[in-house]
Amino acid sequence: MNTISRRRFLKISGLGLGAASLAGLSPRRLGATAAASAGTVRAVPTYCDICFWKCNAIAHVRDGRLWKITGNPEDPLSRGRLCPRGTGGIGTVTDPDRLQSPLIRRKARGGEEWVEVTWDEAFDYIAGKLQKIKVEHGPEAVALFSHGIGGAFLKHTFKAYGTPNIAAPSFAQCRGPRDAGFLLTFGEDIGSPERTDIRNARCIVLIGSHLGENMHNTQVQEFAEALGKGATVIVADPRFSVAASKAKYYLPVKPGSDIALLLAWMNVIVTEELYDQAFVEQHGFGFENFKAEIVERTPEWAYLETGIPPEKIRESAREMARHRPATLVHPGRHATWYGDDTQRSRAIALLNALLGSWGRKGGFYYPSSMDVPGYPYQPYPKSGRGKVDNPGKKYPFAHETISTGIREATISGQPYPVKGWFVYATNLIHALPNEAETLKAIQALDLLVVVDVIPSEIAGWADVVLPEATYLERYDELNVEYFRDPFVALRQPVVEPPGDQKPNWWIARELAFKLGLGEYYPWQDIEEYLDYRLAGAGLSLGTLKEKGLVKGTPAPAFFDEGVEALWPTPSGKVEFYSLQLERAGFDPVPRHQRQKEGPPGSFRLLYGRAPVHSFSRTQTNPILRDAMPENDVWLNASVGARLGLRSGDYVRLRNQDDVLSSPIKVRVTEAIRPDCVYMVHGFGHTAKGLRSAFGVGASDAQLITRYETDPLMGGTGMNVNFVSIEREN
Amino acid sequence: MARFGMAIDTTKCVGCMDCIVACKTENDVPDGYCRDWIAKRVEGRMPDLRMTITSERCNHCDNPPCVTCCPTGASHVHVYGKIVLVDHGKCIGCKACVASCPYGARFMHPDGYADKCTFCIHRVDKGQLPACVEVCPTRCMTFGDLDDPQSEVSRLVAGRKHFVLKPDAGTGPRIFYLE
Ligand code: SF4
Ligand code: SF4
Ligand code: SF4
Repeated sequence: MNTISRRRFLKISGLGLGAASLAGLSPRRLGATAAASAGTVRAVPTYCDICFWKCNAIAHVRDGRLWKITGNPEDPLSRGRLCPRGTGGIGTVTDPDRLQSPLIRRKARGGEEWVEVTWDEAFDYIAGKLQKIKVEHGPEAVALFSHGIGGAFLKHTFKAYGTPNIAAPSFAQCRGPRDAGFLLTFGEDIGSPERTDIRNARCIVLIGSHLGENMHNTQVQEFAEALGKGATVIVADPRFSVAASKAKYYLPVKPGSDIALLLAWMNVIVTEELYDQAFVEQHGFGFENFKAEIVERTPEWAYLETGIPPEKIRESAREMARHRPATLVHPGRHATWYGDDTQRSRAIALLNALLGSWGRKGGFYYPSSMDVPGYPYQPYPKSGRGKVDNPGKKYPFAHETISTGIREATISGQPYPVKGWFVYATNLIHALPNEAETLKAIQALDLLVVVDVIPSEIAGWADVVLPEATYLERYDELNVEYFRDPFVALRQPVVEPPGDQKPNWWIARELAFKLGLGEYYPWQDIEEYLDYRLAGAGLSLGTLKEKGLVKGTPAPAFFDEGVEALWPTPSGKVEFYSLQLERAGFDPVPRHQRQKEGPPGSFRLLYGRAPVHSFSRTQTNPILRDAMPENDVWLNASVGARLGLRSGDYVRLRNQDDVLSSPIKVRVTEAIRPDCVYMVHGFGHTAKGLRSAFGVGASDAQLITRYETDPLMGGTGMNVNFVSIEREN
Repeated sequence: MARFGMAIDTTKCVGCMDCIVACKTENDVPDGYCRDWIAKRVEGRMPDLRMTITSERCNHCDNPPCVTCCPTGASHVHVYGKIVLVDHGKCIGCKACVASCPYGARFMHPDGYADKCTFCIHRVDKGQLPACVEVCPTRCMTFGDLDDPQSEVSRLVAGRKHFVLKPDAGTGPRIFYLE
């Protein structure tokens, strides 16, 4: 007994529990009472797909059935711990609302009446339409909207078909302005996973970013690690978020005034000469011009814009300076708020530049990746017409395809018609602002195909719906991670799909053959493809199947580790003053502009994330639904009192364009400013097939009828809608 | 003899519910039920606010009313780590224990017995940590022997300011929340 128990203790100590902690204990045999999880267990390494973070996971199959999913201890991203969504990932497999077989529409679009067809029939239908569009309008008249790594093979098929119009809402509806702002300043973007060295930060500044509710696994883990090491936190947010509750300085900034706050922080740091003068002198361009503007932006000026007392602005700025260069002003991720978002992101970049945090520990690191050569496909056909989304480079600093630009072109037929949409794993009805415009564009289409796991809202409008196998039932493209610790990871099937669902690589390949593009798929089978690529890196599929990931050697990640400070900007320096912006007619140094207010008695609608849901795609996952079945709307206590509302009451929200939400529960709380309301994104489903989520909670997307387009890169600022509150009886 | 308990660092916990989701899958907790849960308390007025987030579950109390009130002995203090367990076979489903727990830690399993957190004793017995502790992305939970002054959990409880839930109930809860 003793020997056994000692061995047990050693194992525990390896897991981080002090070896001495259980010494002296002699465990007894447990009765049937506490024994759980008997049976034979098989463990299969793979990587998660509940969000785009791609944590490496181990799926445990007990007696042939999926039991649980845990983090792969070897994984630099999850560090052995998945986030709650990843932990609840088996619910995507057991979701009773899953799509079962290919469907072709029977009635008018959006009627959600279907006939089940075979894959062959579905492909024949799709291929027929795609060929016709190609003949009549050219291959560019088909657009692919694709989110996540699963879309890799469909992208390949559509590039082979001849269209350059491939977009993801993750650019113009999410991180696009952030990346554009950093590109304009440092010549490099932030990427995903964010290149933020949170774990070494001594001071973390979050502007609207609600880490902890927003569960990007590594970020949250490192945030907690930094807190444990005594890092101070500064949070500017109209809502007292979880992150705000960890902050030394919580600044309940007036919605839309973040740029004013950022400018005032820079004013304090510049005028009090607290900035990293060596960095600025060596690497900065246009600092004197920048300074001339920034000296005007005093905390007293910013107080009127932000509502934050000047002393708080000064103190928090000094706190940042005290810890530099290990002060990380986090660039955020979902950055499409007001249409001035690239300039706000540039202000964040500039504040980081003043603090000298780029390329320094506790700031921004230089990621690296392993060299895994691509598959040697034959070249894609060249498109003579260019992309449809950004005619005449209307948005000069858009460095990726603008999804809403494709939508606009589909409606107007300009610069050329778009007649087919192929949508992979993105619910455009919830992802794009102004549903009416999306529906108008859909009406102009000859073909809308949706590939998804669940019958999402966008699937409801499709002509053909193709049911995809979940990530636990399929192979996918390799994840060659670009991170602080590079690795290559495999997603592999753990269980069989329960119905006629197929992996996306198979869908993309079959479709290519139907389109006469078989020469683009010289490999017969995905395993052959993966093995070929891995062999190019001196690895094998067998190794990856067994281990899930193989790590590379980390390259230097910071200047003091030997990274050379090169700035791929026009000046070759960090651009405090941007001549390229000036030439294009924009502010060379960010300026604050007051946001329009809503009608009297209305509240600005803000939205965010919950730790147990991803976008609008997990609300029917039975495990995650149990953790959070519905969203609620946060109202300031004074507003609740005025309207006679209490927590738990139900209301509907009516926006400025008379759109009325479904009923949503109220949370009356001090934890939000009185001029705005807040809800978690992704609820209020209207697709009939999402039976367990239908009409539960309200949809922010439905209420986002207005948006402000970022003139620099075409992003859609969505925090510009106002709602009034109506009691639901 | 060990006396298992937990210390949970509320300065790190973000209320993400990973602990709940991991418990559900690990222990096959049926849909609509959970053995652990998150409580968030917000105090103060904007902008001077304070939020306390607690990951809660059975406290494996030193003086467990759920055990003393049980007419069949199904609810018992197990010799292993002094954890409070329910023998499903002996439980007659009278719900006395559910009513007696001041923390609401117990529920009636659809199969007819009283159920709650077991400190994942089936895992601990194999040298693993409870599922909630092992999954927590903020690593805010520490599990171990409170009777061993050298254990990490004992050192945290001894060295850090902390609170327990409903100290006045006299139950002697063994989950300590670090502040
Ligand atoms: S962050 Fe969570 S949902 Fe995203 S990949 Fe990691 S475990 Fe999965
Ligand atoms: S998993 Fe950890 S951080 Fe998340 S709620 Fe539970 S105890 Fe808190
Ligand atoms: S928390 Fe409740 S169920 Fe657990 S031991 Fe204490 S009284 Fe019993």
